[in-house]
Amino acid sequence: MQAFLDLLNNVTPGLLQGTVITLQIAAVSLLLGMAIGLPVGVGRVYGPVWLQRVLGAYVTLFQGTPLLIQLFVVYYGLPDLGLTFGRMEAAFLTLGLNSGAYQAEYLRGALQSVSEGQMTAARAIGMSKWQAIRSIILPQALRLVLPAWSNEVIAMLKNTAVVFVIAVPDLMTQAKNLSSRYFAPIPIYMTVAVFYIILVGAVYLILRQVERRVQIPGLTGDAESAA
Amino acid sequence: MTTTPILRIDDVYKSFGATQVLKGFSLSIQPQEVVVLVGPSGSGKSTLLRCINLLHPPTSGRIWLEEEEITAPGVNHDRVRQRIGMVFQDFNLFTHLTALGNVMIGLTKVRKMHKKEAHDLAMFELERVGLVDRAGHYPAQLSGGQKQRVAIARALGMDPHIMLFDEPTSALDPELTGEVLEVMQQLAKEGMTMIVVSHEMGFARQVASRVVFMEGGVVVEEGPPQQMFEQPKYERTRAFLRKITDLEGDEK
Repeated sequence: MQAFLDLLNNVTPGLLQGTVITLQIAAVSLLLGMAIGLPVGVGRVYGPVWLQRVLGAYVTLFQGTPLLIQLFVVYYGLPDLGLTFGRMEAAFLTLGLNSGAYQAEYLRGALQSVSEGQMTAARAIGMSKWQAIRSIILPQALRLVLPAWSNEVIAMLKNTAVVFVIAVPDLMTQAKNLSSRYFAPIPIYMTVAVFYIILVGAVYLILRQVERRVQIPGLTGDAESAA
Repeated sequence: MTTTPILRIDDVYKSFGATQVLKGFSLSIQPQEVVVLVGPSGSGKSTLLRCINLLHPPTSGRIWLEEEEITAPGVNHDRVRQRIGMVFQDFNLFTHLTALGNVMIGLTKVRKMHKKEAHDLAMFELERVGLVDRAGHYPAQLSGGQKQRVAIARALGMDPHIMLFDEPTSALDPELTGEVLEVMQQLAKEGMTMIVVSHEMGFARQVASRVVFMEGGVVVEEGPPQQMFEQPKYERTRAFLRKITDLEGDEK
């Protein structure tokens, strides 16, 4: 036991540094993914047919191939085309593009589940299609997308671990390096697993709060009674 | 009745794919008229209302709103719809906004009013439908009758020149229809021009200036309510009106 506590004492600073990097990658990638997913999701539902096809191809590409391959292509493949990225940039870009595809799909589902009458009523008071999307459809769809989006945040926190293959010093990479330095892979990976669980748990609790906060009064009523 | 009609519908056809719903529908409406439109289901009543406000522009035929031919090419449909209020069978209130928000959003986003001004006008419209005390409630917290009254206030806020009602009480429990019909009657009294698709025959008798019976996408017969109910020209009109009047009698 004392040996484990000593080990923990030695590795914790490194793991905390890794955690900061992991959070940074997750946050930037999620924001980038949102910046991509929002217009892509809207375009896939309300855009002209040709645009829907193009955006559909993007989504299929990133949902249909392993994240690891995407990361290799961005970091090792694109330099052949003259596009060179630093490690962190490659991580942001790959995870952001990947997350964008998933976020677009979640949003598409949410947009399609807003009843058609909402659009009709908005048009009937003289709103243009885009005004209706912005003021009426999106505020409802974004509420509906929150549970799926929470899953995406959680998946992202763990997906960041792939960046160890391009040696970004995130939590996973730190774990790998520290476990070979101290010859104690199992205790260290178990500790790292606990780190991830704490991160995911904290994010989950925060997002539940957000969901509750933006809930439309009277619509379901279950959050209040559950709380 | 020599004034210019506020709305003139001339030989309108509307098809959805191979299905022809309106087959040469024509009707003129004078300012301040209340026209109750009746007809069997599938006769094209809702489609007609959606043609009038260009939610489903006609396949052919022309429609004039006041002096303007709204079916002419190049007409801004969004602007036309501002002048035509529409109330739906299933209310279609914006679920994420309060009653007040539902009335205000068109004022701020479409009429570009300032918040304060929009708020005051929205409260005034809610007052007209008797719902000032529900201003802060969300649609899911309102009864069906209240929702429909908010929907009427929302349409009124746009300052429409004519109002279309698409079966405004059909989705309501019988005890809630009264409050909605009262608001509509009040509007008629204030001089609002209205086209009402409804099978509320009591309302038609009391409030309508004309009853139009349509079937198969065309007008079969029209006239003042008394004439339509008591001495219709066609047997078909008599049979239909008797049937819905009887049904209504059973319910009440």
